[in-house]
Amino acid sequence: MCGFGGYFGSVPDGKALLEKMTVAIAHRGPDELGVFAAPQAGLGHVRLSIVGLGDGQQPMSDATGELTIAFNGEIFNYVELRDELRAKGRRFRTSSDTEVILHLYDEMGEDCVSRLNGDFAFALWDNRRRRMLLARDRMGVRPLFYAMRAGTFYFASEVKALLQVPGLSAEIDPIALDQIFTLWAPIAPRTPFKDVFELEPASLMIADERGVVTRTYWNLEFPERDAPSRHVNEGEAAEELHALLTDATRIRMRADVPVGAYLSGGLDSSIVSALAAGMAPQGLRTFSVTFDSAEHDESAFQNEMASALGTDHRAVACRAGDIAKAFPDVVRYAERPVLRTAPAPLYQLSGLVRDSGLKVVLTGEGADEVFAGYDIFKEARVRRFCGRQPGSRMRPQLFRKLYPYLPGLKQQSSEYLAAFFGAGNDPLDDPLFSHRPRLRGTAATKLFFSGDLRAELAGYDAADELISRLPEAFGRWHPLHQAQYLESRFLLPGYILSSQGDRMAMAHGVEGRFPFLDHRLVEFAAGLPPEMKLKGLVEKHILREATKDLLPPSIGKRTKQPYRAPDSHSFSGPGELDYVRTAMGEEAITAGGLFNAKAVTKLHEKCRTRPASGFRDNAAFVGILSTQLWLQTFTGTSIRAAEAA
Amino acid sequence: MTETIKDSVKAFIIENFLFGDTSYELADTASLIENDIIDSTGVLELVAFLEDRFGIAMADADIVPANLDSLARISAFIKAKSAVPVSA
Repeated sequence: MCGFGGYFGSVPDGKALLEKMTVAIAHRGPDELGVFAAPQAGLGHVRLSIVGLGDGQQPMSDATGELTIAFNGEIFNYVELRDELRAKGRRFRTSSDTEVILHLYDEMGEDCVSRLNGDFAFALWDNRRRRMLLARDRMGVRPLFYAMRAGTFYFASEVKALLQVPGLSAEIDPIALDQIFTLWAPIAPRTPFKDVFELEPASLMIADERGVVTRTYWNLEFPERDAPSRHVNEGEAAEELHALLTDATRIRMRADVPVGAYLSGGLDSSIVSALAAGMAPQGLRTFSVTFDSAEHDESAFQNEMASALGTDHRAVACRAGDIAKAFPDVVRYAERPVLRTAPAPLYQLSGLVRDSGLKVVLTGEGADEVFAGYDIFKEARVRRFCGRQPGSRMRPQLFRKLYPYLPGLKQQSSEYLAAFFGAGNDPLDDPLFSHRPRLRGTAATKLFFSGDLRAELAGYDAADELISRLPEAFGRWHPLHQAQYLESRFLLPGYILSSQGDRMAMAHGVEGRFPFLDHRLVEFAAGLPPEMKLKGLVEKHILREATKDLLPPSIGKRTKQPYRAPDSHSFSGPGELDYVRTAMGEEAITAGGLFNAKAVTKLHEKCRTRPASGFRDNAAFVGILSTQLWLQTFTGTSIRAAEAA
Repeated sequence: MTETIKDSVKAFIIENFLFGDTSYELADTASLIENDIIDSTGVLELVAFLEDRFGIAMADADIVPANLDSLARISAFIKAKSAVPVSA
């Protein structure tokens, strides 16, 4: 795992720029740095050595010198591909997966990506055809950003590398901000940086003298609602799932360095750890975060699982104040405002992994999208159930069962429960039906937008834009599959894998690997009947069936406990850090121009004096603070002016 | 009296849920939930305010949108509640 940057076009001192770009993302690759500069193209690379330790330096050229690649990520099936290519007479000079891509490209051109099973982003300079190919993995694990400046096309693993390009400066994109404050993430290719874009997952981009073209090479697809399923026998489906997951884990254990695992105490990471432990003859090292607050802490389950597997387990404690201390770094690495503090403990966790001498970890990420684990899937089912009998007092009681960890809901009447979830109000054929309550609740945070920002955004609706991005077949899918698509295609790459995933791990030079996001498993799960995934209100049913022999019953039967971290009250109280007071202060808010200073002052005071804030207030507080930090970090907007006061 | 109740509740809502945004046109009959002014935690805050401000005790059965989901409903509810002593 690594980071890279580069360009296609004319750059006066290309080598110097490449060095600056790569140094800006040196945290992604602390082991080596290399640059390649040709007259019309350049590639720079920082390396985290994991496969081919001694001979995998990048940028890497083929034997002819005509093809040169800068690659971030891993090709997990590189062993099989290399054997195949060798059988065709191809000779390899290194033991790395990087060289496999070069050979495969030489054989197949850009279609080579269809053969890759991995988490990757790469840029490949084809000197023969005078073109730069960019590619990104199917689910969006590895990042890739680009921008055009003065006729030259620039790209990099993180935006901070692009900001080294002369003339390219950071400016917030108001539409992206609206999307974040509605959907939790921008809709790619848009990013929070105006005129900087993101290559979407499963996409290719080719830049040559004619211009730049983008195309998708893979799509997440679900069967039509009424189509007969090929999976009718649950036992057989569970068996196939077990085999696929085992193989997905096996190939993700490939590395020339030790591979560890995150262990949250939940079902998904426990399954991955259990499978990995069986494949690690030297023993598996596992890592987790613990919290002071009982409502967030899962250490009892973590310890139980670590003990059952016999792993060498270490935990980092996220104590009061730790989130606030880490948050400026979190925003700097995430490069986008966030509405939740959940990335911060993951930033601490990757630090623990690195301090423990490891640089690769498996995680259970992706299982909730692929096997319908999130509460929002159950919530949508209950809302549909309520919608069939709008006046029912009994049906809304089910909402209470979904969110036992939300104190605000526990004490509500049936009528209020129905009202909060819009039960019976949202049209059942709304493409965003499953997500409407969340979108409404999140968009309520825009109350704090300044008058100028509201005026600029007048008439814009992020939810409408999301609908416009849905595939034509979407309306013919089962409602559960529609909801899974929304989570998998947008929130997963836009927030989970980026702000909580790649960026927090790579901040400490740690590579996350995700067996549940192996595309074979994703395709298999998409084809399963909805009831095998969400059975009644039991989430991930088929996954539980497939792995019941791997886990202690207390873990295997555990209801999904969403990963959450303390929000606004992480920042408030007597020990409030100076930067929080300054960033949320009237002067800095006014200088930023994005929020209503008087309203933010009241919100700040409310969160400070009443720690039991609701979702809207928490999300608004974290969103505003992270936006203020984003402005300070990337645009230089001073929120320091008030510090002297 | 009714006007006073309404004004007092309105001021609380503007201060606590709209964070002082007086430009928001809060109609007397507008739903506080459907207009995303109040969420599940907010209802509990509202109940605490009403109990403190008007010296009433609200039973679980009182805490329903029919009583609390608009300024007009809250006002009518408080008026009725204040006129009738609360039984345990």
